[in-house]
Amino acid sequence: MKNLIISIKITILFCITLLLAYVLVLWLFAGLSTPNFGKVNTIKANNKIVGVENIGQNFSSEKYFWSRPSAVNYNGSGSGGSNKGVTNPNYLRDVSSRIDSFLIHHPYLKKSEVPSEMVTASGSGLDPHITIESAYLQVIRVAKARKVKPDEIKNIIDSVIETPIIGISVINVLKLNIAMDSKLNK
Amino acid sequence: MKTEIIGLLLQIGLTIMLSYPLGYYISKVYKGEKTFLDFLSPIENMFYRICRIDPKEKMNWKIFLITLLTVNFVWFFWGIILLVAQGVLPLNPDGNPSQSISQAFNTSISFMVNCNLQHYSGESGLTYFTQLFVIMLFQFITAATGMSAFAAMLKGMSAKTTHNLGNFWVYLIKSVTRILLPLSLIVGFLIIIGGVPMSFEGKQTLTTLEGQEQTISQGPVAAVVAIKQLGTNGGGFYGANSAHPLENPSYFTNMIEGIAIMLLPMAFIWTLGFYIKKHRFALGIFLVMLLPYLSSVSIAVGQEMRGNPKIEEMGISQHSGSMEGKEIRIGAGATALWAMSTTVTSNGSVNGMHDSLTPLSGMLAILNMQVNCWFGGVGVGFMNYYIFIIIAVFLSGLMVGRTPEFLGKKIEAKEMKIAIIITLLHPFLILCGTAIASYLAVSDPQLASAWLANPSFHGLSEMFYEFTSSSANNGSGFEGLGDNTNFWNISTGIVLIISRYLPIIGQIAIVGLLASKKYIPESAGTLKTDTSTFALMTFVVIIIIAALAFFPALTLGPIAEYLNL
Repeated sequence: MKNLIISIKITILFCITLLLAYVLVLWLFAGLSTPNFGKVNTIKANNKIVGVENIGQNFSSEKYFWSRPSAVNYNGSGSGGSNKGVTNPNYLRDVSSRIDSFLIHHPYLKKSEVPSEMVTASGSGLDPHITIESAYLQVIRVAKARKVKPDEIKNIIDSVIETPIIGISVINVLKLNIAMDSKLNK
Repeated sequence: MKTEIIGLLLQIGLTIMLSYPLGYYISKVYKGEKTFLDFLSPIENMFYRICRIDPKEKMNWKIFLITLLTVNFVWFFWGIILLVAQGVLPLNPDGNPSQSISQAFNTSISFMVNCNLQHYSGESGLTYFTQLFVIMLFQFITAATGMSAFAAMLKGMSAKTTHNLGNFWVYLIKSVTRILLPLSLIVGFLIIIGGVPMSFEGKQTLTTLEGQEQTISQGPVAAVVAIKQLGTNGGGFYGANSAHPLENPSYFTNMIEGIAIMLLPMAFIWTLGFYIKKHRFALGIFLVMLLPYLSSVSIAVGQEMRGNPKIEEMGISQHSGSMEGKEIRIGAGATALWAMSTTVTSNGSVNGMHDSLTPLSGMLAILNMQVNCWFGGVGVGFMNYYIFIIIAVFLSGLMVGRTPEFLGKKIEAKEMKIAIIITLLHPFLILCGTAIASYLAVSDPQLASAWLANPSFHGLSEMFYEFTSSSANNGSGFEGLGDNTNFWNISTGIVLIISRYLPIIGQIAIVGLLASKKYIPESAGTLKTDTSTFALMTFVVIIIIAALAFFPALTLGPIAEYLNL
């Protein structure tokens, strides 16, 4: 009985202590150290919020670079992968048809050039990035749709490459597409 | 490719380096010696005063266990009540509904036992109130429960003859204030700088560049993520766990979180050496744990970076590796490293979908959880290993014809019975659970198609993984399994309770029984436990038990899948 009362009291005390000494401290730290007071970083284009920095979006238009396939269709209020096993025949059929459709939209590519990340779904379904190689492969399609020289597009890609000190160099697809919209004047 | 490998080596090296001084510090905390955080003692005194705890009260192993179980019992109801009522409680800007009873039962148990199996998705299944005062609270205090049991074990092992295992409440409070809280603040600061959100705003709604509606969940993410990694909890804020780009926005945060997963489990082994003043003994244990961890990492990293052979057959480029269920910013190598770290410790957070791992990596993840003591959960990892030490001492004793002794105490029938029951419990729960589930799935095709996202061998692996993860109190999953049903909520809930409390009870009982025995000074006839021979012996015991119990089942699942590639 004595233990029961201590248990209840101690649980409430832990709640209060953690709220004051942990949650509020982190919250204040986020408010002071991040530009956005700990909220997600929104990205604007033409003074309108068009996305969140770290959350990928679905792109299907020919004039944009495409993101990876998503198991949740880039729904930011859910998240998750396909959870398909690597030997699942249905899954392999899906991948195969994604390869075909990627080749239809990029007829100048050989099949051996199609990168696996563009035909497989990410873990979160919200992956905001593609590799630099995957961006270069889409250049000719985008250049054709926008009626500009491929070199111009390549320069824009090079300007948005994010290279961390350690880790993998990535392209944020949303930022790349916004950069194109603003530099090429649509 | 090269930078990926360098990143992995750097991460593992840093973790080992940081774990050593931390282990020393923890040993001082549990011994009650002076540390640089002594300015926190007014907070602890306030706990003692308000709860009327006498910090000097001694507890024998029975009282210690009763106290531990009582507070856990209270937490169980605390969790259920808040989860069922969350819809009407404050801090719910998104208007998420309350959980159903069977789901709240599973969630509450799962977090109470430090497992963090999640049969809901954080974005819609919880509110900010329950994220903080059920999930985050439990991630602190249940990790502290395991740590307290470990502290009691240390006390029992170091004393000559005693009935006193220390005071549970003091261990519990100090584990939070002196170890988990300061570390979580540091990790929290780092990941906030790395871009993890920490706010109380509701969903952000916007129109994307191509004109679609997108809603983005946010919240006090950093507060949950820091402790979920440090306390080997693993329950994520979002459904996709640390694969989610807000929970783990960059390679940098991935590294910080990856270090946080392994840090305390590694540090506790050093703590053991400092506390009982047997550094060679601790080093031997550390190496026995490190080698299988590193071997599983190198195999998994190799497998994932090589890619999926089935996709290779299609003739496309796999320079990034097997990318199904993985994120570009993290990469195949770091995802494989994480998959091994999270399963050797009982963490269970994921940064890529384990269901889509290549068969051998998937198998290693399952095997790591089945052994459950290559570092293991905070505190409880070594406690599991301790049981294998007892068995190894007993076996070696039989082999050389001496009375089995460990740290100057005779190991007799009573301790051996408890040790064997605990050792067999893990395979029993996993294999029986999987057998029942497979039977149900086979006899009802509709059920099978509702449960399993994948056919054949991999479908079996999904069920096998779920019970293994539950019994190991891990919490990761082959998430293709449709597990938010009464069968899975209740069956895994029961497995979780048994597999958490029976081992703790047994381990503390053995320590208590041994501690109260007469101390026999070491002589020429004593079996030396701080030698490499004995370390190897323990390793062999573990492998034999795990292999004999689980290899038949592994053969039907991941190994068969691998052979069919």
